[in-house]
Amino acid sequence: MSTLEIKDLHVSIETEQGIKPILKGVSLTINTGETHAIMGPNGSGKSTLASTIAGHPRYTVDSGSITLDGENVLEMSVDERARAGLFLAMQYPVEIPGVTMTNFLRTAKTAIDGEAPKLRTWTKDVKAAMAQLRIEPEFAERNVNEGFSGGEKKRHEILQLELLRPKFAVLDETDSGLDVDALKIVSEGVNRAIHAGGLGTLLITHYTRILRYIKPQFVHVFVDGTIAEQGGPELADRLEEEGYDRYLVAETATA
Amino acid sequence: MTELTQEQETESKIWSQGFIKGMTEEGESLSEINPESGPLGGNAAKAHSHGAGAGVPDSSRAGRLTSYKLADFPAITGREEDWRFTPLKRLRGLDRVGIKGMELNGAAPLVEASAPEGVTVETVGRDDARIGSAGIPEDRVAAAAWENFSEATIVTLPAEFVGNADNVTTLTLTGQGDTPAASHILVHAKKFATGVVVLDHRGTAVLSENVEVLVEDGADLTVVSIQDWNDDAVHASAQHVMAGRDSKVKHVVVNLGGDLLRTTPTARYSGTGAEVEMYGLYFADAGQHLEQRLFVDHSTKNCKSRVTYKGALQGDNAHAVWIGDVLIRKQAEGTDSYEMNRNLILTQGARADSVPNLEIETGMIEGAGHASATGRFDDEQLFYLQTRGIAEDVARRLVVRGFLNEVIQQIKVPALEERLRDSVERELESSAL
Ligand SMILES: Nc1ncnc2c1ncn2[C@@H]1O[C@H](COP(=O)(O)OP(=O)(O)OP(=O)(O)O)[C@@H](O)[C@H]1O
Ligand SMILES: [Mg+2]
Repeated sequence: MSTLEIKDLHVSIETEQGIKPILKGVSLTINTGETHAIMGPNGSGKSTLASTIAGHPRYTVDSGSITLDGENVLEMSVDERARAGLFLAMQYPVEIPGVTMTNFLRTAKTAIDGEAPKLRTWTKDVKAAMAQLRIEPEFAERNVNEGFSGGEKKRHEILQLELLRPKFAVLDETDSGLDVDALKIVSEGVNRAIHAGGLGTLLITHYTRILRYIKPQFVHVFVDGTIAEQGGPELADRLEEEGYDRYLVAETATA
Repeated sequence: MTELTQEQETESKIWSQGFIKGMTEEGESLSEINPESGPLGGNAAKAHSHGAGAGVPDSSRAGRLTSYKLADFPAITGREEDWRFTPLKRLRGLDRVGIKGMELNGAAPLVEASAPEGVTVETVGRDDARIGSAGIPEDRVAAAAWENFSEATIVTLPAEFVGNADNVTTLTLTGQGDTPAASHILVHAKKFATGVVVLDHRGTAVLSENVEVLVEDGADLTVVSIQDWNDDAVHASAQHVMAGRDSKVKHVVVNLGGDLLRTTPTARYSGTGAEVEMYGLYFADAGQHLEQRLFVDHSTKNCKSRVTYKGALQGDNAHAVWIGDVLIRKQAEGTDSYEMNRNLILTQGARADSVPNLEIETGMIEGAGHASATGRFDDEQLFYLQTRGIAEDVARRLVVRGFLNEVIQQIKVPALEERLRDSVERELESSAL
């Protein structure tokens, strides 16, 4: 069993107007086998948390800690974090011209495992995983995310999740921009990864829709860079009915 | 989030079926090709410009001066269309030959040949009748080289010679120092010959060179010109391809090493039904100026041209220039042409200029189009690859290799492909951040 522990995390970014604090003390512990949903309005800092866990250079950690089984994640480079078992499915996956999916997946798998995968089983695994996510075989020869639709990009993020088998997956709005069919396919992929075992999941979402397919044990409401409320799945149901207004009103009232 | 930055993106495809702006379809009444006004003209010793008759604007590529005589070309100021990107100061006098006693009399590169049985490699004098059969200078630097070379190397693939990836002819051209020099090479594939010829430039040189590639009817020739000079080299190379009837020519330029490389390949057609593919690969690192200017002159019917140039740039003041001039003359009905240039900028401080230029004088064509794009390998791409466990240096290599591979894999000579992949790796390592 592994534990990803975030303690009193303060994060800021440098903007043209100066330094802007975004995360204002976030604490969160995820264990293997657990699924946590982070929900919150636009601009509340959800992607900032995801990017900071992954190590994006734009975000400065001012204080607090992130550890993976006691190891200091903040001291690791981005690729070291991935090799330690962290995975980020991005809200906006990046296009990489000139690099085919096949080449990219093999390179990533080799990097994560520390050795090249056995060609025959690997090719079979990739094909099977693509088929389950209803990704046409032609995509294997296309450049990474280049010209993919929003939905296709998200499916490929989950493809990587299934093939790279991380210890912890941060899924940043994997549900946004998907139609219902695609949402089901992608959710099935995430559930397969969860049921395969050995995975802790941080599911970031703006909408409750995806929670009909992926069941979290914990729900955290993110408002203005902090966790405003935590609870079980029933909190998601309440958010579905009431939206985020309650928190935003509270915020203006105390401001 | 910044994704791939498209600094410049143009793409167009023009089909003869559709209406082409500013063009009338008058295919029925076109005259036959006039050999007097053909690409090499009748009287090559005199200055002449082709197609500069009524209606051809001065800026048209058809109107550009061509001559074997240096004196026919005015001094270069740097403001001319075809010199505006070149840092003349770094040409080490190649542009000023004949002015204020500037000479072009250094020792030409040493030529070492390795050729399969049947292929001949000769050293000949200036008066050899074959010289001038495929090319004519189109700028002052090339004309200076033409006037000043003392011996030429001629590679001949005899008629019906069967060449392949295993019996490549290689000329290793080793620069003899930094005294400005001129050289001349003619690669001649006779009727129905097939084969691969590699020109491998290395060492130190300040060199102005003409390469003629004469491809007779039905021949199928690949010429690969590799410029992997020492860091201080300056090299202007005018490469003139003449494609015969139903011939196939693959011309590959690989620009890697040198301070300033200016490669100007021109493709012309002496018959119908020919197919010319022009590939280019360049890797500019800090301080390097790599300029490639192409001209495809469609003057005969039913010919095809494909241009694919790709370059990577890395480091401060790395500068790449790609100019793709394609001219489809009035009589060149049935032409099918497409040109493409892509640049990948790996770091800040590097600059790529990419200018496609398509002139079409007839509506009766199969198709013509061009694409040009310059992208950046940016921090977001690096971040994405790193989040998949891929280390920074591996990520960079993955991207560059993938990007340039499209050109490398076209060479179809495994040993050469391997070498170029290694060279690209070396470029990446030597200019690592
Ligand atoms: N590069 C940046 N420059 C300026 N402001 C930024 C930058 N990145 C994030 N921010 C700001 O930080 C705050 C949090 O942004 P973040 O993307 O983390 O929010 P989010 O909760 O993921 O929102 P969304 O639901 O829209 O995805 C926002 O106010 C945003 O404008
Ligand atoms: Mg977000």
